[in-house]
Amino acid sequence: MLPVSYYIALSAILFSIGALGVLIRRNAIIIFMSVELMLNAANLAFVAFARSYESLSGQVFVFFIMTVAAAEVAVGLALIVAIFRSKHNIDVDQMSSLKG
Amino acid sequence: MTSTDLLSILPIITLVAWASILLLVDAFNRKNKWLTPLLAAVGFAVALGLSINQTTASYTGFNNMVAVDGFSAYLNVLFAFSGLAAIALAYDYNKRMNLARGEYYILLMFSVSGMMLMAAATDLIVVFLALELLSIPLYILAGFARPKLDSEEAALKYFLLGAFAGGFVVYGVALAFGATGSTALIDIVAAINAGTADMTLLLFGAALILVGFGFKVAAVPFQMWTPDVYQGSPTAVTAFMAVGAKAAGFAALLRLFVAALPTLYDDLFPIMWMLAALTMIFGNLVAISQSNIKRMLAYSSIAHAGYIFMALVTFGQSAIAPDAVAAALFYLVSYAVTNFGAWAVVIALEKAEGKGLELDDYAGLGSKYPALAAAMLVFMLSFTGVPPTLGFMGKFYLFRAVINGGFYWLSIVGVLTSLISAYYYLRVLVIMYMREGEPSVESSNLLNLTTGLTAIATVVLSIVSVPLFRWASQAVLQLF
Repeated sequence: MLPVSYYIALSAILFSIGALGVLIRRNAIIIFMSVELMLNAANLAFVAFARSYESLSGQVFVFFIMTVAAAEVAVGLALIVAIFRSKHNIDVDQMSSLKG
Repeated sequence: MTSTDLLSILPIITLVAWASILLLVDAFNRKNKWLTPLLAAVGFAVALGLSINQTTASYTGFNNMVAVDGFSAYLNVLFAFSGLAAIALAYDYNKRMNLARGEYYILLMFSVSGMMLMAAATDLIVVFLALELLSIPLYILAGFARPKLDSEEAALKYFLLGAFAGGFVVYGVALAFGATGSTALIDIVAAINAGTADMTLLLFGAALILVGFGFKVAAVPFQMWTPDVYQGSPTAVTAFMAVGAKAAGFAALLRLFVAALPTLYDDLFPIMWMLAALTMIFGNLVAISQSNIKRMLAYSSIAHAGYIFMALVTFGQSAIAPDAVAAALFYLVSYAVTNFGAWAVVIALEKAEGKGLELDDYAGLGSKYPALAAAMLVFMLSFTGVPPTLGFMGKFYLFRAVINGGFYWLSIVGVLTSLISAYYYLRVLVIMYMREGEPSVESSNLLNLTTGLTAIATVVLSIVSVPLFRWASQAVLQLF
């Protein structure tokens, strides 16, 4: 069995890719996918830690996080569709009607 | 699940169940527009009564996942009042802006139930669930004025940054779980005391959670979404999220750091010191250059987050922290009352298509509408922290606690930035009273009532502030 630190390193890499994606990419959908990557990095960490502690609770949390992520998708995609209808564009750099 | 479990989240269950019923009621009732807001207000009133009833209780439910104590009861009362105030602000505003749809009030109830869960949460997973439960309805509410582009943009920005912040929180929770083997605060404390916790990992986890909630409470450098979201959202929503989301974020931060992680004090307090100081300085300095009242109040809300953050900086000093947390709770109430009042005045002057929101639109208010201008005078003085207003008492208790904690430089930053803030708050008064103009006001009974009550509360509660502060002091006792 691989030591738990390998899984945590992988999850940290996934989390960093996700966070960087949010900061660097400008397409709202891609930003959103990067956020999902961050959540899944947390899922991986939870499962790995739960395995090393031999406790089930960490694995149950993953289901909570997946459910929340699904709820976020429902609202988030609806918002993105709504803004695409009015602007025909989902580039966040173009969203500049609010300024001051 | 025992009856104690159900009792422990009774106000939350009531709100969620009532909101679910209202979804059905609203679906079959499209004629009587007043019914859903009225029933929602009844729901908030019931939740308020149940929360007040829990003030002296002290027990936990769901295997230490939620706690009923003075802290949660105090904040739940604040959240229930916020819900009522949000309905009062929204009712006529929504009709005027063509937003009179029943879902508005139901989403408000779901969001408030998330805030209440946040105040009661003693398990990091529940904190995360509560965070999402309060945030997701707020994303929708921010975009409620669609297809107005400003509102859609505000909703998307709020959503992307909010989800980003949620990612930080949940990864921090995962690391804290890895460090201690549990997400329940009580087990985390036990693991730290037993020496079985991996303190480095826990520190990383705590820092990530701090970043995530930094976004939620709009602390610098995580504040960039705030002005855009506050400006673009319907004004009644802005008023609600300025109070509710901020108070809920601080509820989670205070409980987590004060109750569970005081051992990380030496590592984390310099970071929090910087966050608090930067937030106060940035919020107040940038607010000066704003000409739109919604943006100005948005930067002002960032600045006030900085003041409340000062209380968090003392989290590891067991002698000072109770007083500081009580001061933070008191400040949250003073901020909430003043904030709802100020936004009520903004709503009274707002016109369709985002007109009536420039500071210049307030010219002549003092002579044409003396009562409304007097109310705005009270709110601006309270934001500045001038006696006899609630804002002064809030700052007094807060600075006293911070100075007792030995953070002299931080309190100097706080006092200096308060002086800076006087410039832009008093400028509103100068425009209202000393410039000629033809302001037009859309008044309604409910809005006038809210403005009047909050203005009276701002003054009266500052004169008799001792009972409220005593309540706040008792509320925090069970945290330690």
